[in-house]
Amino acid sequence: MDKMPAWADAVLVPLISILLAAALSAIVILAIGEDPVAAFKLMVDGALMRSSGWGYTLYYTTNFIFTGLCVAVAFHASMFNIGGEGQAMIGGLGVALVCLFIPFPHWSVALLVATLAGAAFGAVWALIPSYLQAKRGSHIVITTIMFNFIAAAVLNYVLVNLLRPTGAMDPATAIFPQATHLPTFQDMFAPEGSRMFRGSPANVTFFIAVLACIGFWFLIWRTKLGYEIRAFGFSESAAKYAGISPVRITIVSMLISGGLAGLMALNTTMGEAERLVLNATEGAGFIGIAVALMGRSHPVGVFLAALLFGFLYQGGAELALWTNIPRELITVIQALVILFTGALDNMVRMPLERLFLAARRRDS
Amino acid sequence: MTDTAAPAIELKGISKAFGPVQANKDISIRVMPGTIHGIIGENGAGKSTLMSILYGFYKADAGEVWIHGKKTEIPDSQAAIAAGIGMVFQHFKLVQNFTVLENVILGAEDGPMLRPSLARARGVLKRLSEEYELSVDPDQLIENLSVGHQQRVEILKALYRQADILILDEPTGVLTPAEADHLFRILDNLRAEGKTIILITHKLREIMEITDTVSVMRRGEMTATVKTAETSPEQLAELMVGRKVLLRVDKAPAQPGASVLEIENLRHVDHHGVERLKGISLEVKAGEIVGIAGVAGNGQSELLEVLGGYADGTGTIRVNGAEIDLTGKHSDGQSRRARGIAHVPEDRQTEGLIMAYAAWENTVFGYHRDPHYQSGPLMNNALIKAEAQDKMTRYDVRPPNPNLAARNFSGGNQQKIVLAREIERDPDILLIGQPTRGVDIGAIEFIHQEIVRLRDKGKAILLVSVELDEILSLSDRIAVMFDGQIMGERLPAETDQTELGLLMAGVTERPDKPLIEAVDAQLDAKEAREAEQHG
Amino acid sequence: MDFATLLQVLDSTVRLATPLLLACLAGLFSERSGIFDIGLEGKMLAAAFASAAVAAMTGSVWVGLLAGIVASLFMSGIHGLASITFRGNQLISGVAINFLASGLTVLIAQDWFGQGGRTPSLMGGGRFEPITLPFAEALRGVPVLGPVYAELISGHSILVYVAFLMVPLSWFILYRTRFGLRLRAVGEAPEAVDTAGVSVIGLRFAAVAICGLLCGLAGAYLATGLQAGFVREMTAGRGYIALAALIFAKWRPWYALSACLLFGLLQAVALRYQNIDLGGITIPVQVMDALPYILTVVILAGFVGKAIPPRAGGEPYVKER
Repeated sequence: MDKMPAWADAVLVPLISILLAAALSAIVILAIGEDPVAAFKLMVDGALMRSSGWGYTLYYTTNFIFTGLCVAVAFHASMFNIGGEGQAMIGGLGVALVCLFIPFPHWSVALLVATLAGAAFGAVWALIPSYLQAKRGSHIVITTIMFNFIAAAVLNYVLVNLLRPTGAMDPATAIFPQATHLPTFQDMFAPEGSRMFRGSPANVTFFIAVLACIGFWFLIWRTKLGYEIRAFGFSESAAKYAGISPVRITIVSMLISGGLAGLMALNTTMGEAERLVLNATEGAGFIGIAVALMGRSHPVGVFLAALLFGFLYQGGAELALWTNIPRELITVIQALVILFTGALDNMVRMPLERLFLAARRRDS
Repeated sequence: MTDTAAPAIELKGISKAFGPVQANKDISIRVMPGTIHGIIGENGAGKSTLMSILYGFYKADAGEVWIHGKKTEIPDSQAAIAAGIGMVFQHFKLVQNFTVLENVILGAEDGPMLRPSLARARGVLKRLSEEYELSVDPDQLIENLSVGHQQRVEILKALYRQADILILDEPTGVLTPAEADHLFRILDNLRAEGKTIILITHKLREIMEITDTVSVMRRGEMTATVKTAETSPEQLAELMVGRKVLLRVDKAPAQPGASVLEIENLRHVDHHGVERLKGISLEVKAGEIVGIAGVAGNGQSELLEVLGGYADGTGTIRVNGAEIDLTGKHSDGQSRRARGIAHVPEDRQTEGLIMAYAAWENTVFGYHRDPHYQSGPLMNNALIKAEAQDKMTRYDVRPPNPNLAARNFSGGNQQKIVLAREIERDPDILLIGQPTRGVDIGAIEFIHQEIVRLRDKGKAILLVSVELDEILSLSDRIAVMFDGQIMGERLPAETDQTELGLLMAGVTERPDKPLIEAVDAQLDAKEAREAEQHG
Repeated sequence: MDFATLLQVLDSTVRLATPLLLACLAGLFSERSGIFDIGLEGKMLAAAFASAAVAAMTGSVWVGLLAGIVASLFMSGIHGLASITFRGNQLISGVAINFLASGLTVLIAQDWFGQGGRTPSLMGGGRFEPITLPFAEALRGVPVLGPVYAELISGHSILVYVAFLMVPLSWFILYRTRFGLRLRAVGEAPEAVDTAGVSVIGLRFAAVAICGLLCGLAGAYLATGLQAGFVREMTAGRGYIALAALIFAKWRPWYALSACLLFGLLQAVALRYQNIDLGGITIPVQVMDALPYILTVVILAGFVGKAIPPRAGGEPYVKER
């Protein structure tokens, strides 16, 4: 028999891990001489108590859904894609290119084409590492790390030497044409003259992210490709026996992963900045790791974890604004979440399993 | 040696549970110095657990260990070594890219610098080799040695640590009969020198051949300890399984029909560049079971892999007269299944099943692309589940719960899930490897009956097993593999264990030379060829 | 390029290679024991901050160095706890450590010094000063060899010499001592070590501790030798370049030296020249930046020899019968 019930594995273990991470974060805040309760209240106020706070929270959430799903799909195939950051950068390049060079009649068409372009560019950036993993056994973790740096160099070169408008100083493209600007939550939901969502960057891409979550669930648990990806992730030798090609699954799942990372650019580049800047990703690719771990690679989990990190990001910005706590606090929390839900999983799991076993023995 | 001397090892009331499973229940044994004591039992009877406790790998829940009349605590391997216990595990514990010498001194070095340790070990090894017929090149890398020689390194490791109690866990599983004979001569020498040996095995023949006393284990309990001279294989077998064993499978004579599977000159080179199949030619007709006998590692697994479509090969394979693609686009497992080849793989845990998948998901594993299981772009999980429930009931899978993950079933029930999946596809050809490995007696009978039933429906069956008894009782025709080749085919009625054993060691004719020399010559030649291919 | 320029580039190569070399050898010990470590970056960063902060407060670079080592060892301890004791995923633990260091250093720096996540600039005894080797000035006049000795070999801080001495020392420890034999064995076949009565956990913790020590030196050199103080993210991917060098070196000490010198040279050239003109073809500076990573991918792809990591690397050890 399994050592503990499925619900404990899916909910209890991550919950305890999060609580541990939260407790340690509180200690860190105490250690730098601030009040964790006040800090938390400030974060809630800034991120959740105002519609513009929600606008930011959901904007960040959108990013993290994409990168979280990116890491999660690779996890299902038993691969660790640390390259979400680089794939998102190159995805941004794809989005920027279509926005700059195709004269779109309407934002909806632009969004559709940019979606394809972002996904395609992100997928291409994942293609080489996945091909090398599948065909030559080069460890995907190392190659994707390397490709993050190479992506940064490529983007740097393209922005500085090719796409920078003449005369401009900062390495960024020109502002995209008006027709490609995506409707924000303010455009969509605020009644005439209301201040709802005012100035906040959340935009229509959020709904694409939600669609991605739903699509992800169907893909992984309801299609034969998902069946094969999971089978391969659990046991490569069994997959081979079943006639599932490891090369195909490795490459296809990484293409999907890279594509999802690339989609993040819709939100940051097309939705918010409306031009491509050098550091558009701002580490969201790495936050995807924490989100996927915390969300147990399940779209519902990923959505909730992305929401939590969206809240942390917006709340963290508020903290930096009003207190002496720098934004890096969020990086620490992110590290603790990765540590407890990922690397120290067994520290929580092993005592729990013992507890459940003891309980079962008492029952029988 | 008298019964009044203190036993070399005495276990008193050892118990050990893993979660809800009681692996050892109140076990007591006495082993006198200078004897070979056999422990026999089915897979999963708790033999290895008991020995792991003795070697400090597990901590017993209850019970005491006495060594040479002294109560001894063995919390770890270090303590076991200090108590003079050496262990040769079923899966060798060697560092593949270290030399023999480095492996021998590892953990038993003389000081912080390596050089003096290596020099002394070289001398000791030379002496031990001569004393016990344990010759092996001290400077060779382990990865270049045959399994027989690797096992010698394991024994040398124990002797170098001055073990006077040696435990061997299923030592002959990977050896040819001749290599096994050589091992037994070594054990004989060790006994003559006063060493105490515990031999764990599930093979009755070995117990009868070499041991002085034998203990029988069944489901975690010690059912009897007897003097070998005063018992018989039949009695031991009965003690092992708890009732009379049906040694022969009830089956009518085969009615072979047309040739269904024809293999001609099949070759396979593994990823190290070693040729594992060296021109196999074989034919299986409708309504017959062809058994492949051989020591593990002589190409049987590769043969199944090439036939099953997950390893490349060259040569010709015809199914019902039509040639199949061996290396191209249609050489994968999916294409093989489409051609009516079903495959029960040798290892159900790493190949046949996804242990984390529910039983129902596993019942379509490999056939999941079948349009029957799809509805639109999605898989028809409701249908798959319903069919799974039906299959599980008919194949007596216990518990018949399709939502349970595969890892939660016993070995026998896991095998039934695989069998149900493959047989229910109504294939023309069934490839089946080690059908009853790690399966309890009750399930063995069921599985054997299913195989025969399929044969009687006119299917072609290729059976691979390292258990000679199983080959002899199931097969209508037997082919023996050695070193990637088929050494000969025999009819079960016209052959015996001895003849098959010789073929398994590559000896095709009854030799004029003494048997052992002939076998050794064959094995040396095989090793030399492998070393050459390793480059 | 004249001789003096060449010497300057090589001199800067040595300086830039030093942190890479220390981190690379750190990774070598850890990975040879079977513990993958992509947290080299984080450990260096933690050490860089701790050494600069403590050196700034005490005015003593030696106390700073000690603090750097302690900080790095602390991170190693987390990695060991996660990947050895609790058999967690080593890669994920490494990622966590990198973020932990990245966040904590700025957080604490801001709290202590209030200078936007940096430490005050180090002066005098707070830095490692260059050491002039004997006769450096006297021999400067000797053609070719004199300047090479005086400019290139002499005049580095103590940690540079320590780093280069670590190469033969690491080789000796790995291949000539009992500890080295066991360390290599535990990365290849931990079950062999375990059944031989040697503690797998003990050996791996020892390796992880050595890794922490060397990363501590690397980080301290960055903040107190190469530069004068800590700035946020000052490791700038060096931990990853060291990882790349380790693969390039196929997990061997002498090869690690060559790999780190090569990557150090690339950095030195990129630092000195922006775009390099090679007779008509201009190599943009971004290519120089990306070259270590591209080279590593090429090596990993097996186009230039095969890099085979330790067999048990990345796998937590679980006893099996």
